[in-house]
Amino acid sequence: MKKFALIISILFFAQLAEAVIETYDFDNEEQEQLYYEIINELRCPKCQNQTIADSDAPLSRDLRFIVQQKIKVGETKSQILTYMQERYGDFVLYDPPVQPANYVLWFAPLAIFLIILVVVISRVGRRKVNPATGDVELKDIHSKDIHSKDIHSKEKGE
Amino acid sequence: MANKKLLITSIPIVVFIVLVIVFWFSLGSDPTELPSQRIGKQVPEFRLSNLHNPEETFTNKDLPNKPFLLNVWATWCVSCHVEHPYLVKFANQYPIPIIGLNYKDVRVDALQYLQKGGDPYLFSIADEDGTMGIDLGVYGAPETFIVDGEGIIHHRYVGVIDERVWTTVILPKMKELDPSLVDVEATQ
Repeated sequence: MKKFALIISILFFAQLAEAVIETYDFDNEEQEQLYYEIINELRCPKCQNQTIADSDAPLSRDLRFIVQQKIKVGETKSQILTYMQERYGDFVLYDPPVQPANYVLWFAPLAIFLIILVVVISRVGRRKVNPATGDVELKDIHSKDIHSKDIHSKEKGE
Repeated sequence: MANKKLLITSIPIVVFIVLVIVFWFSLGSDPTELPSQRIGKQVPEFRLSNLHNPEETFTNKDLPNKPFLLNVWATWCVSCHVEHPYLVKFANQYPIPIIGLNYKDVRVDALQYLQKGGDPYLFSIADEDGTMGIDLGVYGAPETFIVDGEGIIHHRYVGVIDERVWTTVILPKMKELDPSLVDVEATQ
């Protein structure tokens, strides 16, 4: 049991050592929370798919230091994000603002959905349902041919 | 009806062609390259020491009043070692001032490096804690900024400047900014 506890604690501390890159003292808990909130929303410009909280790159370390300094002098979250954006662009924000350059990303899914909706509605609207049998008949001459052939073969079979 | 069939069968072909065009043009582009936020803006305010003389400070006023290159480098940056001989060569061949921004480096190492490999810089700014680098939005050395005589940044090149980059990117842009360079040929 002791061995087990030892192993568990070793594993536990090994993880801690990896997660905490550096510790900063803050005046109060809100500041610390804000710090973690901000570093988890900023993308590391060097390592692209990591937040600066995640990344071990020297640049991320510098940016974390700046965030910490700015929080300590009482800057707000939006002030700090603006500071970063002015230097590294929207790329640095994990939640970039909607603007012409990324309209395609924001609105293409909606547009595609609407197109599909229109196509489906117009196709469904063109079908005729026989109220007696519930059979669906397409107005399309071509499809109607197939449909009637189908019926003929069924009749022959019976 | 034939028209409709044609339309439907052509959809995949059209999609395919569009994809080919899109992918073809993304072939040459580097997805890790970030656009600089400083284009069209002044070189950020700085007050940093001379790499060669810690007592002396440089500010924006010390920047040349003709178009120049601002090269961000460090001895810890591997690609900078590749770039360095090219810069030494171009500095000798062309009347284009290159200012060095020694980014987050150890002063002695940097000086030793310049002594050994040659010093292409008109002067060298020591950005020991990297504040100017961050103000410039530097994310990967070497980076080179093309700045005009008014101190406005016109272009940023991220990566090694070699013969090809110099003739296809740097030189044409410098010639745009500085008409006196138009007829300049490389001096041997």
